[in-house]
Amino acid sequence: MKYLHLIWAALFRRKTRTILTIVSIVAAFLLFGMLDSVRTAFETGSTSAVGARRLVTSSRYSIIQPLPQALQNRIAAIPGVRKVGYANWFGGIYQDPKNFVFSYAISPEYLDLYPEIELAPAQRKAFDATRTGAVVGRTLAKRYGWKIGDKIPLQSTIFPQKNGDKTWPMDIVGIFDVSKDAANGLDQALFFHWTYFNEANAYGQGTVGWYIDELSDPSQADQVANRIDALSANSPNETKTQTEQAFQASFAKQIGNIGLIVVGIMGAVFFTLVLLAGNTMAQAVRERTSELAVLKTIGFSRGSVLMMVLAEAVLLLVLGGLIGLGIAAALGPLVTKGSGGLVNLPSLGLSTWMTGMALMIVIGLLVGVLPALRGMRLNIVDALAGR
Amino acid sequence: MATLIDIRDVSKTYTRGKQKVEVLHHIDLQVAEGDFLALMGPSGSGKTTLLNLIGGLDVPTGGSITVGDKRIDQLGAGALARWRASNVGFIFQFYNLMPMLTAQRNVELPLLLTKLSAAQRKRNAGIALKLVGLEERVTHKPSELSGGQQQRVAIARAIVSDPTLLVCDEPTGDLDRESAEDVLGLLRTLNREHGKTIVMVTHDPKAAEYADHVLHLDKGMLVEQATV
Repeated sequence: MKYLHLIWAALFRRKTRTILTIVSIVAAFLLFGMLDSVRTAFETGSTSAVGARRLVTSSRYSIIQPLPQALQNRIAAIPGVRKVGYANWFGGIYQDPKNFVFSYAISPEYLDLYPEIELAPAQRKAFDATRTGAVVGRTLAKRYGWKIGDKIPLQSTIFPQKNGDKTWPMDIVGIFDVSKDAANGLDQALFFHWTYFNEANAYGQGTVGWYIDELSDPSQADQVANRIDALSANSPNETKTQTEQAFQASFAKQIGNIGLIVVGIMGAVFFTLVLLAGNTMAQAVRERTSELAVLKTIGFSRGSVLMMVLAEAVLLLVLGGLIGLGIAAALGPLVTKGSGGLVNLPSLGLSTWMTGMALMIVIGLLVGVLPALRGMRLNIVDALAGR
Repeated sequence: MATLIDIRDVSKTYTRGKQKVEVLHHIDLQVAEGDFLALMGPSGSGKTTLLNLIGGLDVPTGGSITVGDKRIDQLGAGALARWRASNVGFIFQFYNLMPMLTAQRNVELPLLLTKLSAAQRKRNAGIALKLVGLEERVTHKPSELSGGQQQRVAIARAIVSDPTLLVCDEPTGDLDRESAEDVLGLLRTLNREHGKTIVMVTHDPKAAEYADHVLHLDKGMLVEQATV
């Protein structure tokens, strides 16, 4: 510790160069923090369902494979299941293809399964009574200036009506709020009746995208999930029942192996970082050859010089790395909030911090080892003579 | 006076590429404790090489060097570093201060190798800077000091751990006459009043006048010895 001021001073001997290097380290670790959050978000929920209040039942083979609507009553009859609803992905567009609307065709009990959706009783009544009625999250309503009583033409990216028209007219009958602790994109969703969708849809009648199963005892979630999946075992419609998080993750995993993508990107980023920080350290030590020679002259051992240069490299990485991870930790909740819950980045977990610290130390040692050996081995007489 | 430095039959050969260059030829030299010795000679005569050997920065190819009661030519790199830390203060032509550290932090450097606390290191550095007349400049960095002041900081750094021997390589070579005389006066004070043994390499006859003895080297051999 008594050498810390010396190491610190050496690090900031060339302020501009060091700050620029730190900025690139910050950027690398910010990216690492964010991407690791994404990876964590995608991987969360693939384990036990214990503790879940709701489960999602979808096709075992593919999330786009529909399930028979007739399964609802059979699931509802399973001990431990309190209520069952279902939904279909609609994939709506409003006026322009870039105005994507997260829209779902839902069963009558679906809204009851989500107490976090706060809809005025009169609006709920209107929704139940209107075949083409739709309720929308307040954020979504604000985005397009929708108000109750508006009739909107929602185009489906997937489903045409029986007359071939992909435009589905809907009446806004309610605008709901979402309780603060629920940040899963509900505030940007549009819900309309599955019966309307099922009757007018050109194909796929009598099928649903997934079921939402409300449990009477969350501690029994694993057992209930197994019982639900046993209903359709060895049938053409085998199911997979999992937590909502795991369901969302499997939805996202359709784009590829997120873990591998993250590792690939970070591998490239850290490789570049090693070259960049390595170059900075090599230059820094080369410029300080005579200073290191003076330290050795006044009695600093070869080992001390080696350790000081290594510590300098590690300090460089730790400084930039901690700032980067700190920004990532602060940005995660902001991104989640800013996206209205559509992008749900968890705050940086202990494992991310620990992995980050390990990377900082390993990369620091890696970029410091050659300059440190050079410093350790330098011949005092030659170095003082400028040879 | 007792002999502090005892050099016997010392040779030094450097290998430059495929060529071997003998820089010092069978030097015999004794320096008494408390002496102020100036080494003079033309460039390439081997005076800096001899100084480096005396200071334990280099090891001879042949012969023996004893400083105090220690055969320093037989010490390994680690032991030699520890010996330098507690026995020798170095003063260079270009001061060789750490540009990013304040005067006080520069002076404290040798004390980092001791077990002194931070407060003790600070106090000792302050005393050394006061001794060289720079107590008002403790927080200044080298770039904020004149050449003469920088050299005085270097002297404070050299004496802060209270070494027996001061080794000075052209200490006034980069200074104007007035600053040079200040520095030389300071060295003489350290020699006369604090008992430091000083070996100084110089090209400057006026600087050599401050020494008790002057030795001339030429082509790696001692050619003349004079008492001032």
